[in-house]
Amino acid sequence: MRVIFGIDVASMVLGGLAAGMVLFIVSVGLSVTMGLMGFVNLAHGGFAMLGGYVIVLAMRNWGIGFLPALALGFVVIAGVSIAFERLLYSRLYRASELDQVLFTIGLVFMMISTVTLTIGPENQQLMLPSWLQGQLDLGILHYRTYSVFLIAVGTAIVIGLWLGFERTRMGAQIRAAVDNRRMAESLGINIDRLFMFTFAFGSGMAAIGGGLGAEFLGLNPQYPLIYLVYFLIVVSVGGLGRVTGVFFASILIGIFDFALKKYLPQGGTLFIFAMTILLLLWRPQGLFGGKAT
Amino acid sequence: MSAPAYDLGRHPAALALVNRHRLRVWEPLPWILALAFYFAFPNHLGFGTDLLVTILFALSLDLALGYAGIVTLGHAAFFGAGAYTVGMLAHHGIWNEPISGLLMGASVAALIGFASGLILLRTTGLTLLMLTLCTMALLEEAANMGEKYTGGFDGLPNLPIPPLFGLFEFNPLYPRVQYLYVLGVLFLCFIFVRTLVYSPFGRSLTGIRENVLRMHAVGAPVNWRLVTCYTISAAIAGIAGGLWAQANAYVNLSTLSLDRAATVLIILVLGGYGRLYGAFIGAVVYMALSHFLAQVYPTAWQLGLGLMLVLIALFARNGVIGLWDMLRNRLMAKGATMRATKSGPS
Repeated sequence: MRVIFGIDVASMVLGGLAAGMVLFIVSVGLSVTMGLMGFVNLAHGGFAMLGGYVIVLAMRNWGIGFLPALALGFVVIAGVSIAFERLLYSRLYRASELDQVLFTIGLVFMMISTVTLTIGPENQQLMLPSWLQGQLDLGILHYRTYSVFLIAVGTAIVIGLWLGFERTRMGAQIRAAVDNRRMAESLGINIDRLFMFTFAFGSGMAAIGGGLGAEFLGLNPQYPLIYLVYFLIVVSVGGLGRVTGVFFASILIGIFDFALKKYLPQGGTLFIFAMTILLLLWRPQGLFGGKAT
Repeated sequence: MSAPAYDLGRHPAALALVNRHRLRVWEPLPWILALAFYFAFPNHLGFGTDLLVTILFALSLDLALGYAGIVTLGHAAFFGAGAYTVGMLAHHGIWNEPISGLLMGASVAALIGFASGLILLRTTGLTLLMLTLCTMALLEEAANMGEKYTGGFDGLPNLPIPPLFGLFEFNPLYPRVQYLYVLGVLFLCFIFVRTLVYSPFGRSLTGIRENVLRMHAVGAPVNWRLVTCYTISAAIAGIAGGLWAQANAYVNLSTLSLDRAATVLIILVLGGYGRLYGAFIGAVVYMALSHFLAQVYPTAWQLGLGLMLVLIALFARNGVIGLWDMLRNRLMAKGATMRATKSGPS
């Protein structure tokens, strides 16, 4: 019995980790851009959806491989988001929260309807390459290769982002700007440019996350609205502008969600919402957020 | 030593204060139009009822968002609380008299508003946004789970609603009684809200919205004012939800959805928030457009709606009323007969 229970727990943790990794890849950009500019960007999931479409359609129509498609998704969405940022978002940095909320909800609606009109309302299937299908022997248990792949990719990205955040000049600038934007500006850091880069990078990451998660999250025009609450929970639980915070929050919520859906299929989501409320009441700045804003 | 012969009562500021809440000439107009609608379009009274409920819901949000500046994404929580209270009481045969049912719906919504407001109004910004959103999602999930009491995903159909005052039969197919009933309730609630926003209490809410720090400094009990306002707003939203349940004779999860919360936000912003008649104008414009467009071109409607929101956020921050004010001010300035009056929230 103990062995079976152990395997059960292990498979649960693996499944949760895989989901959490995708959640992290999508949400990390949102956390940093919100932390940098205080911009309430509800359209972030929209970039994940658009990226997912680019990736899935490029694979299907042009027959390019999964990894090149992911890279393509990143580049295309990063480019698109720079245009969005320069033309639209930048006008609203000093606007009220309500205006930002409305603007981004409007953007989400436009993305949803544009995709519905041009591609169609149906769910898009991600064709996994053959080397990612099937099961992988992990010694104590067999597990889905794709989930293991997600965990590996996610870990690599987390380490890469952490290094970039903690060890590079730009990472230091971002951290400084998140902690105290005025001070950072007066030290000569060009916040606007910094923000443009992080925004583009974060949207590109969201695109990759949209592609990676399409297999089990689904990919249809309603995607940005369905998962909006999850992305926001991850960001607010993890704390604004905190890469590690968002990582732990994603993993936590991924595992919880996975376990609750399995053992408590009825009330799983209820529990997550209740937990988020309690947690935010206890620490309004999130689990890992530094300053109370 | 006699004081200078200066009558304070005639000072422009005093006059503005006195005349602020005076009934304007055009103010009966919406009600006349609503009654005219009743006689002119007897076949569209279902739509009319829906419109009036939406106005009331938007009005409740206006109190919280427009006047007190509480940016919430979860106002449907209270709409749904009212609707489910009325629906569950009627469905389980406990209580189904319409007017007292509405009051119960309002009380439950107010209770939830008070309890949640007490703790979450201490936060601001993203945290507040998230907490309101999560509260609503929590209620939605609870309604989805408590299948035995709430009907779960399918909701509660065919609610038995007895005749109003024991005289006027509710007929879902020909909702004449519903229309007048909803109109009456809306009128009473509007009078209440109008009185409230012109009272010192309403002024202090505007003060909190404009500058919290200063309101703290002058000694206003900011937190209690916000909680009170949130509770009242929740109660009115609960009444709107109860009306919705009674008029449609069913309740379902849509009353608690993010979709409903976002729609009412859009409606209010479209009309102009922080303005008494913003809810009216927004609801009429939105509902008329969606009634004709959404059924024929649902996707294009969503695209247009999105574009409209983006444009409002970028250029027309006070909605239709704001545009009207701007236009009027321009014209007045051109005429050069009057000084360009600054358009503040009324």
